[in-house]
Amino acid sequence: MAQFRSWGRYPRSEAVLYPLHWQEDPLPPTGEPMLAVGMGRSYGDVCLNHGGTLLLTRPLNRFIAFDPVAGCMTCEAGVTLGEVLDVIVPHGWFLPVTPGTQHVTVGGAIANDVHGKNHHRAGSFGAHLQRLALRRSDGLTYHCTATTHGDLFRATVGGLGLTGLILSAEFTLLPITSPMIAMESIRFDTLAEYFTLTRESDAGHEYTVAWIDAASCGSKTGRGLFLRGNHAIASGGNTRPAPAARPWQIPCTMPRGLINRTTMRCFNHLYWHRQRARRHHCEVHYRHFFYPLDGLAAWNRLYGPRGFFQYQCVVTQPAVVEEILRWVVRSGGSSLAVLKVFGNHPAPGLLSFARPGITLALDFPNRGHRLFSLLQTLDELVLADNGALYPAKDARMPPRLFTASFPHWPQFVPFIDPAFSSEFWQRVTATDKGAVS
Amino acid sequence: MNIVIIGATSAIAQAVAQRLAPQAQFFLVARSEKRLQAVATDLSVRGARAVTTHVVDLLDFAQHDATLDRAFQTLGKVDLILLSHGTLGDQQACEMSFAETERELRTNFLSVVSLLTTLANRLITQRHGTIAVVGSVAGDRGRTAYVYCAAKGATAIFCQGLRRRLFRHGVHLLTIKPGFVRTPMTAHFSQGRLFVSPQRVARDIVCAIHRKKNLLYTPWYWRWIMLAVKSLPEGLFKRMTF
Ligand SMILES: Cc1cc2nc3c(=O)[nH]c(=O)nc-3n(C[C@H](O)[C@H](O)[C@H](O)COP(=O)(O)OP(=O)(O)OC[C@H]3O[C@@H](n4cnc5c(N)ncnc54)[C@H](O)[C@@H]3O)c2cc1C
Ligand SMILES: NC(=O)c1ccc[n+]([C@@H]2O[C@H](COP(=O)([O-])OP(=O)(O)OC[C@H]3O[C@@H](n4cnc5c(N)ncnc54)[C@H](OP(=O)(O)O)[C@@H]3O)[C@@H](O)[C@H]2O)c1
Repeated sequence: MAQFRSWGRYPRSEAVLYPLHWQEDPLPPTGEPMLAVGMGRSYGDVCLNHGGTLLLTRPLNRFIAFDPVAGCMTCEAGVTLGEVLDVIVPHGWFLPVTPGTQHVTVGGAIANDVHGKNHHRAGSFGAHLQRLALRRSDGLTYHCTATTHGDLFRATVGGLGLTGLILSAEFTLLPITSPMIAMESIRFDTLAEYFTLTRESDAGHEYTVAWIDAASCGSKTGRGLFLRGNHAIASGGNTRPAPAARPWQIPCTMPRGLINRTTMRCFNHLYWHRQRARRHHCEVHYRHFFYPLDGLAAWNRLYGPRGFFQYQCVVTQPAVVEEILRWVVRSGGSSLAVLKVFGNHPAPGLLSFARPGITLALDFPNRGHRLFSLLQTLDELVLADNGALYPAKDARMPPRLFTASFPHWPQFVPFIDPAFSSEFWQRVTATDKGAVS
Repeated sequence: MNIVIIGATSAIAQAVAQRLAPQAQFFLVARSEKRLQAVATDLSVRGARAVTTHVVDLLDFAQHDATLDRAFQTLGKVDLILLSHGTLGDQQACEMSFAETERELRTNFLSVVSLLTTLANRLITQRHGTIAVVGSVAGDRGRTAYVYCAAKGATAIFCQGLRRRLFRHGVHLLTIKPGFVRTPMTAHFSQGRLFVSPQRVARDIVCAIHRKKNLLYTPWYWRWIMLAVKSLPEGLFKRMTF
């Protein structure tokens, strides 16, 4: 047994680690439940399996085929999105959808059906998936598309790793002419302004997202920076990506309490004042635009030994967002808050999270029960709005919030591989109410 | 760059090849056709100009020259040769049987000697090229798995001498001593904090190749760990259990 940590470093969990090096490697003969993991960039426990076996898929990182004319990529599930970009960008292609870090695997992107700043245009990652190969504990490999084994395909997209081990996948790419993003950053003072900005921008911009100040009180709450961007048109320059500068790294776990009410306010204050002008136009490399946090490796160590939480919900009403922010600020604030309006796309997976509505992601240092009681309050607001929480970011949602968030879960259950499970799944399907720790 | 990789399906070799792939031409050697194919396709997608594969069991020493002939025929000039094959045999089985020990020594030492003997002469004729041999920190002192240690230690000494000879002909030899790496070879170990990814050591290896380093400990701290291990008095060392 060895410790395996997810990105939030909570909860603590041990499992037998079983690396898979080749697609033909057999699944381990174990009586305990198993679960595939990629880069462990999920914040909570969807990638944990206490007492069971974790299938480490990162060594399955070989490309299988790339069609630079049609823009189609096939690779093993342990390839990271960063590796995909290194290959495709020089050929004038981009990921159809990317989350806020490039250090996630293709398998993880499928199993959480991740979304990005272009959800309003492109939907989630699963919408661009053509096929996947799934190894199950019956020893068979299922080659699934929307039409062959279509039900298993829809269960596996956003299936939280519970339907088996994804071996490889094929997905379509987005054509680009330059690795640069023409972006604009606009300051706003109120949430109402944000909603106007995003409404105006979504038609003309591939990418939109906003950072909001959820640490400062009073009229400052809800101010923020709205980012919008499009792939730049090539100016005849070289389109090779800038060589990755080795990022700075937080060398060890920082002491508890480093991120507190005061430092969160300072950080948010500085971030807001980073930009003097109301509007700022520039062209930046895609890495700076999409992955600013990747510039500081292991930044999750800043939150200390107790780890941290991200609370990402989707709700339908702007008023609920305001209400959530009020609660958050009243109880000490959030270190980082991000807001995005999702588009109107049908979800590709039975348990896909992204759906029409407004998604708000809030980071919090683990402050024990004080934080838990705040998040419970937020749960009630989300439930009352028929919203949902994102499993990829969750380590604590109660079972009733899970079932309310994912009304298709009964259809999903028959596709679960009997030899697979996860800590998340155990938790949200536990019948006793005490399951929330 | 024209690159020959012996033991091309090794996790460490794959990670090195992936970093060197853009514009390179590869000649890949290992035992399994299927795995070689997967590696070759990967390298092509990562930008390699051409990849040729060659299946051979390196315990069959008679095949070595033919293998290298084919490599040089295919690539013409060779810029880099990486020797990365190896096995971490069953030490207890070796203790019970010389046949087993011999097999380990043949895989991890003698096959390297056989290949290097031919390679050295070819590169000297070329007057150009780099040979990179994957040894191990295990070769620095005889520990519990002493058969493997002996093979890796002997390899390092052989390379040390050969480097002097090659140097006069403009040919470079790099000895690589990785610490613990997460690969199939160590999959059955309980992997502590000292284990690193093959990508991590590959970064150092590629850098050392470009800088024409003679000896690489990777990650860097193994140089100091092994310095400490080597300086333990024998009377104390023989009582220790690692
Ligand atoms: C800084 C940061 C920013 C982020 N931004 C976003 C964002 O903008 N949008 C978004 O949607 N998410 C975002 N995320 C979350 C992240 O994209 C997802 O959690 C993603 O799934 C992580 O991929 P991974 O490879 O680390 O998978 P893991 O976290 O290791 O696993 C995630 C899930 O995938 C399953 N899985 C992994 N590999 C396989 C496989 N081969 N076969 C079957 N199942 C598998 C696991 O069982 C688990 O359920 C962000 C995370 C971080 C750290
Ligand atoms: N992993 C570590 O912690 C570590 C530490 C220090 C040094 N090393 C050294 O690093 C090198 C690479 O090892 P790795 O960790 O990457 O291990 P690996 O993935 O297990 O690779 C071993 C390679 O050796 C090949 N091989 C073994 N016997 C062979 C034979 N008789 N003929 C042809 N090929 C043969 C294997 O080919 P097949 O695919 O055909 O089996 C495979 O490609 C080895 O020299 C090892 O000793 C490893």
